[in-house]
Amino acid sequence: MSANLPLLSLKNITKRYPSVVANDNICLDVHANSIHAVLGENGAGKSTLMKLVYGLIQGDSGEMLWQGQRVQLRNPAAARKLGIGMVFQHFSLFETLSVVENISLTIPGPRHDLSQKIREIGERFQLTVNPDASVHSLSVGERQRVEIIRCLLQDLKLLILDEPTSVLPPQHISALFKALRKLRDSGVAILFISHKLEEIRELCDTATVLRGGKVAGTIDPTITSTQELATLMIGHEVASIQSRSDKPKSEQALLQLESVSVASDDPFGTSLRDINIQVHGGEIVGIAGVSGNGQAELSRLISGEQIDRNLATNAIRMMGQPVTYLGAAQRRALGFAFVPEERLGRGAVPLMSLAQNTLLTTFDKGLLKGGFIQRKKLQSQTDECIQEFDVRCGGVNAVAGSLSGGNLQKFIIGRELMLSPKLLFVAQPTWGVDIGAATAIRQRLLNLRDSGIAVLIVSEELEELFEITDRLHVINSGNLSPSLNTADVTPNDIGEYMIGQSPGSKQETRHAV
Amino acid sequence: MSTLEFFLAGTFSAATIFLLAALGELVAEKSGVLNLSVEGMMAVSAAIGFLVTYETGNHLLGFAVAGVAGVLISLVFALTTITFLANQVASGLAVGILGLGLSALIGRDYESLTIPSTDGIQIPVLSEIPLIGPVLFQQNLVVYMTFLLAIIIGYTLKHTRLGLAIRSTGENPHAAQALGFPVFLIRYGCVAFGGLLAGFAGAYASTIYTPLWADGMIAGRGWIAVALVVFGTWKTGRIAFGALLFGMVSLGELIAQSMGASIPSQLLSSLPYIVTIVVLAIISTDKARMRLHSPFSLGETFDGTEGR
Amino acid sequence: MPFKLQRREHASRLMLIAAPLSAVVLSTIVCSGLLFILNKPVGQTLYSFFIAPFENFYSITEVFLKFGPLLLIAQALAVGFRAKVWNIGAEGQMIVGAIAASSVPVYFVDSTSDWLLPAMIILGALGGMAWAAIAAFLKTRFNANEILVTLMLTSIALQLLYYLLLGPWKDPMGFNFPQTVMFQNEALFEPLFSGVRLNTSIAIPIIFTIVIWLFMERHFGGFKLVVGGLAPQAATYAGFSAKKAVWVSLLLAGFAAGLAGMSEVAGPIGQLQRSVTSGYGYSAIIVAYLGALNPLGIVFAAFFLAVLQIGGDVALVSANLPISAVHVFQGLLLIFYLAVYTLVHYQFKPIRSASLSATSDHVT
Repeated sequence: MSANLPLLSLKNITKRYPSVVANDNICLDVHANSIHAVLGENGAGKSTLMKLVYGLIQGDSGEMLWQGQRVQLRNPAAARKLGIGMVFQHFSLFETLSVVENISLTIPGPRHDLSQKIREIGERFQLTVNPDASVHSLSVGERQRVEIIRCLLQDLKLLILDEPTSVLPPQHISALFKALRKLRDSGVAILFISHKLEEIRELCDTATVLRGGKVAGTIDPTITSTQELATLMIGHEVASIQSRSDKPKSEQALLQLESVSVASDDPFGTSLRDINIQVHGGEIVGIAGVSGNGQAELSRLISGEQIDRNLATNAIRMMGQPVTYLGAAQRRALGFAFVPEERLGRGAVPLMSLAQNTLLTTFDKGLLKGGFIQRKKLQSQTDECIQEFDVRCGGVNAVAGSLSGGNLQKFIIGRELMLSPKLLFVAQPTWGVDIGAATAIRQRLLNLRDSGIAVLIVSEELEELFEITDRLHVINSGNLSPSLNTADVTPNDIGEYMIGQSPGSKQETRHAV
Repeated sequence: MSTLEFFLAGTFSAATIFLLAALGELVAEKSGVLNLSVEGMMAVSAAIGFLVTYETGNHLLGFAVAGVAGVLISLVFALTTITFLANQVASGLAVGILGLGLSALIGRDYESLTIPSTDGIQIPVLSEIPLIGPVLFQQNLVVYMTFLLAIIIGYTLKHTRLGLAIRSTGENPHAAQALGFPVFLIRYGCVAFGGLLAGFAGAYASTIYTPLWADGMIAGRGWIAVALVVFGTWKTGRIAFGALLFGMVSLGELIAQSMGASIPSQLLSSLPYIVTIVVLAIISTDKARMRLHSPFSLGETFDGTEGR
Repeated sequence: MPFKLQRREHASRLMLIAAPLSAVVLSTIVCSGLLFILNKPVGQTLYSFFIAPFENFYSITEVFLKFGPLLLIAQALAVGFRAKVWNIGAEGQMIVGAIAASSVPVYFVDSTSDWLLPAMIILGALGGMAWAAIAAFLKTRFNANEILVTLMLTSIALQLLYYLLLGPWKDPMGFNFPQTVMFQNEALFEPLFSGVRLNTSIAIPIIFTIVIWLFMERHFGGFKLVVGGLAPQAATYAGFSAKKAVWVSLLLAGFAAGLAGMSEVAGPIGQLQRSVTSGYGYSAIIVAYLGALNPLGIVFAAFFLAVLQIGGDVALVSANLPISAVHVFQGLLLIFYLAVYTLVHYQFKPIRSASLSATSDHVT
């Protein structure tokens, strides 16, 4: 095998879905001993391409060469046989099984030996994890390690990582990069999928940029500027966000949580401990943290989807009134609006039309007469929302499930804003949303703040939080950090809270002990 | 045999029907498939098992054919829900209705006929022990096999790769597929295994437990088997315990009569159903425990796409 | 497998109509095959099933007599099924409704009051609702699976019926048959025409259908239930109570089934006896699905199943076919319907695994 022969070579790969060509004539060469980035924004076709390489789905045309030989991967097992491993963005681990049980699903051999190997590999690449721990007790970072170890336990030649850093605090990202470089130097090729330009410039040797399912270019990221990469990825300049008019905050906190502690009744959930938050009109408060640290539980508690009768009457207040025991609809009537993290199935009913989905939360706005639905009014109100928020869809009767992630998010945010809320709570405002829509959404949130509305955001994207929030909290294992002024902290400070240390905690602990 | 011995021995025998069917349902549910057609599968197999045994005098052949019938009916269910992605609850009911109809059709010419009963196996020495002997060591071979099977299934699910594959398919079929497990095949296999055991349960009921055929003789025992899986929180040991409990309850009528109690027989006949409801309510209250033990994707159709 | 199912962009309206029709055709074919194997006259049986029920005025009225309770119960069950509340114990609710309604003529044997029938209607509805309420309470309070509970409650209701018929309510002059006295005329619905059993109670399911249509298609209450069934998390998010959905679904079904039971004892049967339900509670499940859980579709489905039942009765005599053959047909009907219904949201797509190698052939 000559040194120049690529390990993996994709030639004119095309994959069509009923509504979209996800991959259009993709050509890509991956060499051993290199970290190869696949860059592109949401919907560019990165994940589809990686699933093709891993044998999860099959292409419509084109071919795949492995060490110069044509191969057809019917399933992931075939890919693994070749030495291809993949770490998914949403992990393919089973919560109720232990680490070693999870790994033994794909790696044969007695469990005792496997445990030993897990420890060895963990030490060698600094990916330590307890083989006997139950997966549901592991942090997101640890789960990622399990997935990587699982790939390493086979005869690994190519490792695919799908947005591996999106779930990690900054400190853990650098540790991950260290491990990946070690891996590369040991001879493994790595396909690194990301939409984060800085990371790619820091880590990768080559980058293939995808745009709209096509290859927009293959470049050397170490000598290409971030600006150039961005233009290649998006195809045009991105509008910048207009931030910050220094309007005064409202006197009264429009949302107030006081010593909220809730034990989780889900064995895989997180218990919340002594949460205190205040959000005033005219400010955006963000909650940062690695997912699975209590965000979901906190969201349900604030939205009224979950009511805890053990809390004090005054534990949760909105617009000055105690709402602890009020349901979601009653809180909405007070001027609260909520955009949940899951758009399909929670924020919207996938099989229902946009008009019906409008009814979901806005029924109190004159859409009912004696309980009967005012259909004309509902149609016109939905149409208004679609127009004003630039939702690209097939009209008011299009089913929510047929919209792209970005358009559905615009629709849901639009619907909630039509309630003219005083307090808006948005979880993951731009998750899975393309850059154009994300910018529009962030700009709108800023405008809302400037008009005096109180905005609370839960997000895993630190960049986003730094871009638009005034104050920040960090959530870790159900504990919330004190309020931090966004202008006064660095991403690294936030990162330390994320992993459970407060910055400068050494002095503090000494004090406490 | 004393009344007590008779009662306890009968408990094991009656429990065998529940346990066989419940073990089959357990395996299907562990792979994520809720098959509510147990009653129907048992009915068809009971009729066919009786027919074959009656005509040939061969109990073994009756069992085998009944097992095959159970598998075939379960494959109808599998085809509808796994290949054609139909709702599992509705399909289970549909196949159940079909099964009950078929059993009546098959057994029509055999109504109220009987076949000679089979003797239990007298295990030497042990069967001589007072009380314990007749209860534990003079049972039919099927009884022993069933309780042995419970142990084997429990071990397989917990400690083998096959068991891991089944459990992970039931917890998250998308992830299982991403790992390269043949999710569809595993589910087909588990449903068919459930059909096989339901078939045996039906044959045991109509050829050994009460060796006669009467339309509707399964009398809700398939449904109680489904409930048993919930009672046992998807664990074989507890399911076996529950089966014994229901075996005992279903003998209630017998005991009451032997003791000459003047309780209306209808109340005694209702007892298994009442107990089912009460136990179900008690067990289900603990939502956290249900979540921890129930297969997470139970009852959801899986269309083979890569998830989100 | 040369084909696989792929999700459609939009639900197919064509398949929505085609699904029940193809289910009928497919089950007819399979059933004919089965009859052939059983050495029964296929043509004769099919004639009995589909044509004979329309041959004379009396059997047409009999079809409508069956149509009533099927329609009534199926409409209510469909509401629950759309909310994913799996009440499969309408049979039991119907029995208790019939028992409750019968208590009036049983205890007021000599009464000729005009209030007899209204009292029976109210008690019938309340009886069914009470029985369903047990399941609703256990579901909302203890999280107990309603499928199993409603089913077990049906078995218990049946035992309760047997107890009454063999004990306290047995007709003393009834030669020890397990049945009550024949009810007085004041406790019965008026026949629509002389000489037929079809009676004024047919108005109940028709009115109920209109109310359910309004509720499900135009009213916010129905909307809430449907959201709860399609996306429970979205319902919680919107603030719709899941417990309320359970209560509404079950009470509605209890109400309808109770009335159906009442209209049987106060109609064609004229007394309380063992076969009071004729299996309507189970058949209604099939009707609800075959009608695509849609109020209008259910009207057609109920009519079809009513024809099938009368046809079955005819075939019982003309082709010496057991009544269980009707159950087999019903089971097949639902299985085929559920399988074909998948094509509303999915389509067959050929797996073209060969294409990858086809394009590469000239390369190698």
